[in-house]
Amino acid sequence: MLKIDNLHARVEGREILKGLSLTVNAGEVHAIMGPNGAGKSTLGNVLSGREGYEVTAGSVIYNGTNLLDLEPEERAAAGVFLAFQYPVEIPGVNNTYFLRAALNAQRKRRGEEELDSMRFLKLVREKLKVMQISDELLHRAVNEGFSGGEKKRNEIFQMAVLEPKLAILDETDSGLDIDALKQVAGGVNALRSPDRSFIVVTHYQRLLDYIEPDFVHVLAGGRIVESGDKSLAVKLEEQGYAWLADIHPDIARAELAGAKA
Amino acid sequence: MSEATALRTPLVESQIQAAAARPPGDEPAWLAQARSENLAAFTAGGLPDTRIEAWKYTALRALGQRRIGPVDVDAALRATVDSTGFVLPGVDGPRLVFVDGVFRADLSTAQDVAGLQVMPLSRALREQPESLRFALSRHYRERADAFAQLNAALGFDGVVVRVAPGAKLSSPLHMVFAGGTQAEAGSHLRVVVDVGAEAAVDVVEHHVAVGEASHLATLVTDIAVHDDARLGWLIVQDAGVAATLVRRTRAQLGARASATVHALELGGALVRHDLACDLAGQGAHLETRGVFVIGRRQHVDTQLSIRHGGRDTTSDALWRGVADGRARGVFRGAIVVAEGADGSDAALSNKNLLLSADAEIDTKPELEIYADEVKAAHGATIGQLDERALFYLRSRGIGLAQARSLLTLAFCRVALADISDERLREHLGELLDKRLPRMADA
Ligand SMILES: Nc1ncnc2c1ncn2[C@@H]1O[C@H](COP(=O)(O)OP(=O)(O)OP(=O)(O)O)[C@@H](O)[C@H]1O
Ligand SMILES: [Mg+2]
Repeated sequence: MLKIDNLHARVEGREILKGLSLTVNAGEVHAIMGPNGAGKSTLGNVLSGREGYEVTAGSVIYNGTNLLDLEPEERAAAGVFLAFQYPVEIPGVNNTYFLRAALNAQRKRRGEEELDSMRFLKLVREKLKVMQISDELLHRAVNEGFSGGEKKRNEIFQMAVLEPKLAILDETDSGLDIDALKQVAGGVNALRSPDRSFIVVTHYQRLLDYIEPDFVHVLAGGRIVESGDKSLAVKLEEQGYAWLADIHPDIARAELAGAKA
Repeated sequence: MSEATALRTPLVESQIQAAAARPPGDEPAWLAQARSENLAAFTAGGLPDTRIEAWKYTALRALGQRRIGPVDVDAALRATVDSTGFVLPGVDGPRLVFVDGVFRADLSTAQDVAGLQVMPLSRALREQPESLRFALSRHYRERADAFAQLNAALGFDGVVVRVAPGAKLSSPLHMVFAGGTQAEAGSHLRVVVDVGAEAAVDVVEHHVAVGEASHLATLVTDIAVHDDARLGWLIVQDAGVAATLVRRTRAQLGARASATVHALELGGALVRHDLACDLAGQGAHLETRGVFVIGRRQHVDTQLSIRHGGRDTTSDALWRGVADGRARGVFRGAIVVAEGADGSDAALSNKNLLLSADAEIDTKPELEIYADEVKAAHGATIGQLDERALFYLRSRGIGLAQARSLLTLAFCRVALADISDERLREHLGELLDKRLPRMADA
């Protein structure tokens, strides 16, 4: 589904991704952990096409096409979804209106029929079962005045409605209380299917108790430096990142320092 | 020929002729005197130039070279006008319609509403001239006030609204100023509004185009909102593409009075509005919201000035502007908290969007505080759409052009957010939307 090969990317003239490779097959869940500033969000931004993130080398092949050639909206229509680490507030744009516009824009681009408001509301009601958010939030402006946790739930709700093929969740668990964490995990699990893949960026092993990953990777210094199964997350939780410097002398210790505390 | 005469611009010349063409009616002496004094002041000063601070960003040279004649009253009375064009949802009170400054009884709808007196100013002048003396005998001395001088010299009609103390009116009053049927004609109207203590009323000032002819229209509005009264004032300015429209609105609020002003500036070629509000009474409250959406070579200039005169007065101003093409938008927001107006709270936010490299917006917030324990927040920005918001929308599949349209409309609609009648709010939102440049997705 997704094959990232030797990806190099710069932001503001500074190289952040330095030869990142990662392969995600259909139906898999990959967890990415790594110290602050390692480039996890940068990866999400590059994959979803944010301006200002310049790819200088490497390739990203998504279902046989060069993902980097596509505009952000084309990537979305092709099934790429990014749950933002910091969802953006958009005053004056109604949440439900926005979601319908997004879904229909995607459907139109894919040559599918657009949903009228009746069918859309039916879909929304259905998806509220996957991810509960209040009626009041549905009718407010996008993320405006939402609490941190409400924003994250809104991201997952959008994901449920848009039904992407590749979902990148950037620290969706941060700032959630225990119940919300379970709900968000439940939402993700409800959407797991053989043709849908997830990249889950997190700092906490706890999330992975609820969303069982197939693989766990460590992103440090702009690369995937370690991959393993769930037990890798447990080890990271116990020991932090410093031990990685012993097996990867090429990574500066400072680059692993972020998550020590 | 004196030197002053030699310097007269075609506009000034034509206004002297317009004044002379009008036979002296049986007006009260004070009114005739106000006319001649104001005409003399206008003749002597002419139009203000850009060296005068209040007109710094609005050049009137081209206007000064035009000859503006009097309106042909008979033609204005005969002009065919489709009155369905200015219906606004929820605005179902009495309606007064003027076509190029001439009152059209046939297009207007009178209603008997308890506690409300509303009539054309010409009739009020015949029936009760003394009650208008204060509003109509003003002598404007500053060159900056040239259009008010012109209006005072040449204005013969308008609207008088009186709301009896305690009367709470539920249906908004609709004043329609339709223009554009006569080329290079000047129309000058006055509005006098008196909202009695504890009364409540909503008024819509609606400028529409019924023809594309270039013309000059001035409107001078005096509003008094007495103690504990409430006024809602909605301006929908959708004048024709060739209209020059200059308005001056002055409102005075009594103790605990509250006023809400919404202004949508969409039409016109050269448009100016001076909106001056005086929070004179203790605890008076004012909210102003406005937005302009302009393109082509439109020029729209809003000069908002708010004076906190009484103690514990509050004002909140939220203005937006969007300029495309080669348009020029100007906004000045001046707040003065006078000596003794302790405990006052004033907030002003003005945000603008430039959609084209050739458009220009000038914004100038001013704040002067002479009182104690005052809260004041003031901010003005000019910018482009928020890149993060654009990316967020696009990452969800919304195309770049649609994302831009959505964000631009949302940016404007903030100014309409607290219009309580949902149908009216939606209708105005659609008017805005229609003015925004269409950006099609490839
Ligand atoms: N738009 C930007 N402008 C400037 N610097 C940026 C930008 N985006 C990312 N960076 C820099 O790139 C580096 C990687 O940032 P990134 O957000 O990808 O880290 P992260 O791994 O997601 O960290 P965290 O765990 O704290 O979320 C940081 O040093 C950051 O300051
Ligand atoms: Mg991050």
